[in-house]
Amino acid sequence: MVNYILKRLLMLIPVLIGVSLLAFSIIHMIPGDPARIILGERANEASILALQEKLGLNEPLYIQFLNFLKNILSGDLGTSIITNEKVTYELLISFAATLELTIVAMIIAVVVGIAAGTIAAVKQYSIFDNLSMVGALVGVSMPIFWLGLLMIWAFAYKLGWFPPSGRLDVAINVPRITHLLLFDSLLAGNLNAFKNILWHLFMPSFALATIPMAIIARMTRSSMLEVMRQDYIRTARAKGLPENIVVFKHAIKNAFLPVITVIGLQFGILLGGAVMTETVFSYPGLGRRLYLAIMARDYPVVQGGILLISFCFVLVNLLVDLTYNYIDPRIKLE
Amino acid sequence: MKTIKDINTTITPQPLVDDKFTKSGGLWQDTFKRLKKNNIAVFGAIIIGILFFCAIFAPFLAPHDPENGILKDRQQPPSEKYLLGTDSQGRDVLSRIIHGAGISVQIGVISVGIALLFGTTLGVLSGYYGRWIDVGIMRLVDIMLAFPTILLALAIVTILGPSLKNAMIAVGIVNIPRFARIVRASVLSVKETEYVEASKAIGCTDVQIIFRHVLPNCLAPIIVQATLTIGTAILEAAGLSFLGLGAQPPMPEWGAMLADSRGYLRQAPWSVMYPGLAIMLTVLGFNLLGDGLRDALDPRLKE
Repeated sequence: MVNYILKRLLMLIPVLIGVSLLAFSIIHMIPGDPARIILGERANEASILALQEKLGLNEPLYIQFLNFLKNILSGDLGTSIITNEKVTYELLISFAATLELTIVAMIIAVVVGIAAGTIAAVKQYSIFDNLSMVGALVGVSMPIFWLGLLMIWAFAYKLGWFPPSGRLDVAINVPRITHLLLFDSLLAGNLNAFKNILWHLFMPSFALATIPMAIIARMTRSSMLEVMRQDYIRTARAKGLPENIVVFKHAIKNAFLPVITVIGLQFGILLGGAVMTETVFSYPGLGRRLYLAIMARDYPVVQGGILLISFCFVLVNLLVDLTYNYIDPRIKLE
Repeated sequence: MKTIKDINTTITPQPLVDDKFTKSGGLWQDTFKRLKKNNIAVFGAIIIGILFFCAIFAPFLAPHDPENGILKDRQQPPSEKYLLGTDSQGRDVLSRIIHGAGISVQIGVISVGIALLFGTTLGVLSGYYGRWIDVGIMRLVDIMLAFPTILLALAIVTILGPSLKNAMIAVGIVNIPRFARIVRASVLSVKETEYVEASKAIGCTDVQIIFRHVLPNCLAPIIVQATLTIGTAILEAAGLSFLGLGAQPPMPEWGAMLADSRGYLRQAPWSVMYPGLAIMLTVLGFNLLGDGLRDALDPRLKE
C-alpha cells in the first residue's frame, strides 16, 4: 500500500509541473505586454517599467518559470495587483469559504442522492422511480446560475425566507480563526451567528448540490439494480431474510463502490467549480474571487487560484483512488 | 419485493439472439428502430427538432425585433402583445429566445466540432500507435483533466479575450480530453480484431486501416458522446456568457440574456425565467437523446 501511494505521488509530479506551466503561461500568452495591459492604456512609462520589474518580466522565460516554481514551493504566490494583499493569504481565506459551502452541499447531495437512488432501485418502475429519475435528468441539465436566480427570486424576494447573498449578516461578528465560519462561530459559542451562517448557506449549497445530487442518484440506482440481480441477493432472499436486511446489509454495501468514486470526483469538481453559484449568490469563495481577479486582470491571483484549485482537484482524485482500493481489496494495486 | 415467480423467470435461460432483432437491417437501421420505441429519447429529439426549427426560421417566427426594443414598453409582464414579456430595454423576450436558438445551435456544433476533431485525432494516434505517442498524449490529457472544466474554460477565455467566438473555442478545447479518452478506448479494442489483422496482412497502409476499418467501428461511442457533449457545451458557453466572458450584448444569446436581466430580477422576473428555461430544455433534449442513442446502439447495456 505504501509503495502504491508513493508511486501515485511520483506520478503526480509531471501533472503538477504541467499545471504549473499552464498557470505560468497564462500571463505570457496574452498578446501584448502584461504590465501595459494590467495598468491600462494611459499608464506612464515609469510605472510600467516598475511593474515589469516587480513581476520579474525582464528575466529570460526559463528563469521566470524556475522562479515561479521556487516561489510555489515556498508557498509564495506573489501579491495581488488590485488589493496589494498576499495572494496565498487571500486565496486560503476564500478557499475556506468554498470548502464550507462545498461540504454542506455535498452532505445534501449525498444524503438525498443516495436515498433517492436506493428507493428508486428497490421500487424499480414505480412512480417514485420514474419521478426521481426525471428529476435527476432535469438536475443534470440545469444551468446552476439560472436555478440560483430563481431561488433568489422565490425564497429571498417573494417569500423572504433566506438572505439573497453573502455569508453572514454585517451586524454579526465572529472571530475568524479557521475562517470556516460555522466552526468559528461554534468555537466562540455564538449560536446566533451559527444559525445566521447556516441561513446564508442554505440557498447556495442547495443550488450547488443539484448536479452532484442528480449524478449520485442515477449512479446509486444503476449500481443497486446491478447488485440486486446478483446470486447472493437471491440467496439472501431464499434463506428468508427480510427485504430491508437484504437491501441495507447485503446490497447497499456492495453497490457503494462506484457511488463513492462519483462522490469523490464531484467533491473535487465542486471545490473549484463553484464559480457560478458563488457569483450568483455573491458568496465570497474561491470561485468568485478568481472570477473577479479574471475580470480585473489581477494575474497573480488568477495564476495562484488556478494552481490551488487544480492541486486540490488532483489530490482529491488521488484520495478517491486510494479509498477505492481500501474499500474493495479485490482491486489490485499496480 | 420479488415473488418466487419473478425469480423463476429471471433464471430461465435467454435465447442467445433476441427474436426481435434476428431480421437485422444493419446497425443504423436497427438503432433507429430501437430509438423510435424509446419515448424519452423521442421527446429529446422533439425538443432538438424545435430548437433547429427556431434556429432556421427565426426571422419568420419572431414577432418582434430581437435587438432593438421599444423603451416605453420596458419590463412589461407577459401579455398578448409580448407573450413572454419584455426586458429592461423593452425588447421582446420571446423574440430574443427564438433568435438565441440559432446561436445555441452554432455554439453546440462548433465547439463540439472542435472537441471532436482534435479529440478523435489524439485518441486515434494514441490508441493505434501506442508506445510513447500514447504516453505523451495521455499525460497531456491528464493535465487537462486536472482542471475543473469551467475553470479551464475561464482560463482560456482570459487568454483569448471575451467574445462568443472565443467562448466556443474554450468550450471546444475543454471537451477534447473526453473524446480523446473514449476514442482511444474503442480504438484499442478494435485494433485487436481479426479484420484489422487481416487488412494488415494484405498490406493496407495505416491510413487506410484507420479510416476504413478502425474509425467506422468506433463511430457509435463517438456519436453518443457528441450528442451528450452538445448539451454540456451549450450549458458551459451560456455560463461563460452569463459571466460576461462569452457572447456580448446586445446579442440574444441565452446566457447573456440572463446576465442582462439579472439586475432586474425583482421588477421583471420573466426576463430571467424564460431564457434559463430555454437553456435547460435544450440541454435536457440533448441529454435525453444521447442517453437514448447509447441504449439503442448497444442494447446489451440496457438490462
